[in-house]
Amino acid sequence: MQHTNTQDTLVGLFVASGIVGLFFLAMQVSNLSSFTENESYTITARFENSGGLKVKSLVSAAGVKIGKVSAISFDPKTYESVVQLNIESKYNTLPDDTTASVFTAGLLGEQYVNLEPGGSSDYLKNGGKIEITQSAIILEKALGQFLFKSAEEKK
Amino acid sequence: MNNSVSPHNSLVSVKNLSFSRGNKKIFNDISLEFERGKITAIMGPSGTGKTTLLKLIGGQLLPEQGFINVDGNDVHRLRRSDLFDLRKRMGMLFQSGALLTDMNVFDNVAFPLREHTKLPESMIRTLVLMKLQAVGLRGARNLMPNELSGGMARRIALARAIALDPMMIMYDEPFTGQDPISKGALVHLIKSLNTILGLTSIIVSHDVQETAAIADYIYVLSDGKVVGQGTPKEIEQSDSDWVQQFMTGAADGPAHFHYPARDYVDDLLSTGKRY
Amino acid sequence: MIEFLQHLGKETHTSFTKLGRGTYFLLQTLNGIVSVVTRPRLLINQLYSVGVLSFLIITISGLFVGMVLGLQGYYILSDFGADETLGVMVAASLVRELGPVVSALLFAGRAGSALTAEIGLMKATEQLSGMEMMAVDPIKRIISPRFLAGIISMPLLAALFSAVGIIGGQIIGSGLLGVDEGAYWSQMQAKIDFQDDIINGIIKSLVFGFVASWIALFEGYDAIPTSEGVSRATTRTVVNSAFSILGLDFILTALMFGDN
Repeated sequence: MQHTNTQDTLVGLFVASGIVGLFFLAMQVSNLSSFTENESYTITARFENSGGLKVKSLVSAAGVKIGKVSAISFDPKTYESVVQLNIESKYNTLPDDTTASVFTAGLLGEQYVNLEPGGSSDYLKNGGKIEITQSAIILEKALGQFLFKSAEEKK
Repeated sequence: MNNSVSPHNSLVSVKNLSFSRGNKKIFNDISLEFERGKITAIMGPSGTGKTTLLKLIGGQLLPEQGFINVDGNDVHRLRRSDLFDLRKRMGMLFQSGALLTDMNVFDNVAFPLREHTKLPESMIRTLVLMKLQAVGLRGARNLMPNELSGGMARRIALARAIALDPMMIMYDEPFTGQDPISKGALVHLIKSLNTILGLTSIIVSHDVQETAAIADYIYVLSDGKVVGQGTPKEIEQSDSDWVQQFMTGAADGPAHFHYPARDYVDDLLSTGKRY
Repeated sequence: MIEFLQHLGKETHTSFTKLGRGTYFLLQTLNGIVSVVTRPRLLINQLYSVGVLSFLIITISGLFVGMVLGLQGYYILSDFGADETLGVMVAASLVRELGPVVSALLFAGRAGSALTAEIGLMKATEQLSGMEMMAVDPIKRIISPRFLAGIISMPLLAALFSAVGIIGGQIIGSGLLGVDEGAYWSQMQAKIDFQDDIINGIIKSLVFGFVASWIALFEGYDAIPTSEGVSRATTRTVVNSAFSILGLDFILTALMFGDN
């Protein structure tokens, strides 16, 4: 019986360490701990061009992550990109004249939505709209314009 | 069909059984009777499918034709659960012993009891020690199977086979590869278990002397047929050349010493080309 | 030519027959799992030989794989000035791919081959047959507990592999090469998604555990009961498991990560 006892202990240790491993992956490695879906509210922003923005791209304000993009769709009437933003509930004091812009993290990095709060005393609520937006800078476009300009200057 | 000869007192009866493996016909329409409380032996040279016969009786293989009746049950038409119930009353001693290698002797003998009964551990201990005492190996209870000699392993397996107090035991080549003392011990055990426990025994063997010493009735098989049957005495006096050759162990006779080949002289004088 | 076609036809026929036997075997095994639940002792014994005995090889390999990822990743990423994303690279490759796949391959080599050899030897020494004659169903008593233990162990081993690997990558990356430790973890947390990465990785390892255990047990059960037959079956277990794991990994990856 001594034999089976140590065996039981080892099996117990094995299962426990496996679960610790899973827990570690869930809490320390993934975003499970930092963000949960249910404590958020949704606002929409319309961009002329949302560039390389994707679902799950970051939404940040003053460089801090406050939410993520939950859906992107094309409006066939206004030819705009409609972007839904999930903002964590604790950041519920965004003024309704907040500006949303699509920025790029570094030269080749991911694109994200940056929110710049305005001065209004009314706050954005669930389902609210951001009126003032600034589109993504499309690198090809900017480069094209730059080259075109410099070519014109040389003439 | 001679169904009328039917058993005065048969526990197992095999009727018109045929079985083949690949293209080889192992049994060709054989009928055998095994009487209750008796030791019946099936003898024949290696490769005549004696072990196969035991597997057919135990319901592990399906026959092509014919049927096998054990204690009133048609083995191959039973439902799986009924077959398992029947097997609890059939013991089988495999040639190798077939002990479970990851358990010691005690647990091996306790295995069928633990699987099939809900007896308390103290009662199992008593039963196991009784069975081990019967085969004379109570002192070996803590050994592992790989520490046992072949003869000891077979005796342990025998203790396991009788653990559930079956009505019959099938012995698959119990004497093969044993030294004379082990053989003697096994002969003695088989005989005494049969009389003391009132078992029906079926022995499959090609060891003429040992088997003839304890069997009540002998069938001799060859090429899928029964070539001789009777009490050991009748077999000894059989006028069949084949039975005589088998019983005396003559090198040549109806069963040839040489594997079929072309003429010896021709073969030697030929060019040596492969053909 | 005709001979070749005949041979081909025969080979195809035998492999389909084998697949059929394997499927029947799997169904019986799954059916037997019900009875394992009532006898947890059998399962615990098998968790020991399948899981605990694979623990060391899995964790040590995981540590080294993570350390190699840390080294290689650092040299590549620092060329782009993106060495802070080392954590993302290490964690994503481990959690999505290397964790489930490499631990499954190691599992097939360590536990799978041992299972095949064990079952094959039990068959060769008539233990399975003997059990049947004792009215004990060897599938329920021997096969199903091992199968269940394999399926339970595999995700745990894969999680350990990934976890240890990520720590190994951190030891090399921030301990030795100077990636900021905070950036290592925070970038990782920002990028690794619980649903998409962790859960999908666990699903992968469950599938691999299922397949590797099935192949190992079936090859043992189906082995020709001689020493040569068992040794061949053991080889087949490792080869077939590796093929199946890698092939399935491709299919699963396409299904899971295909749309983004």
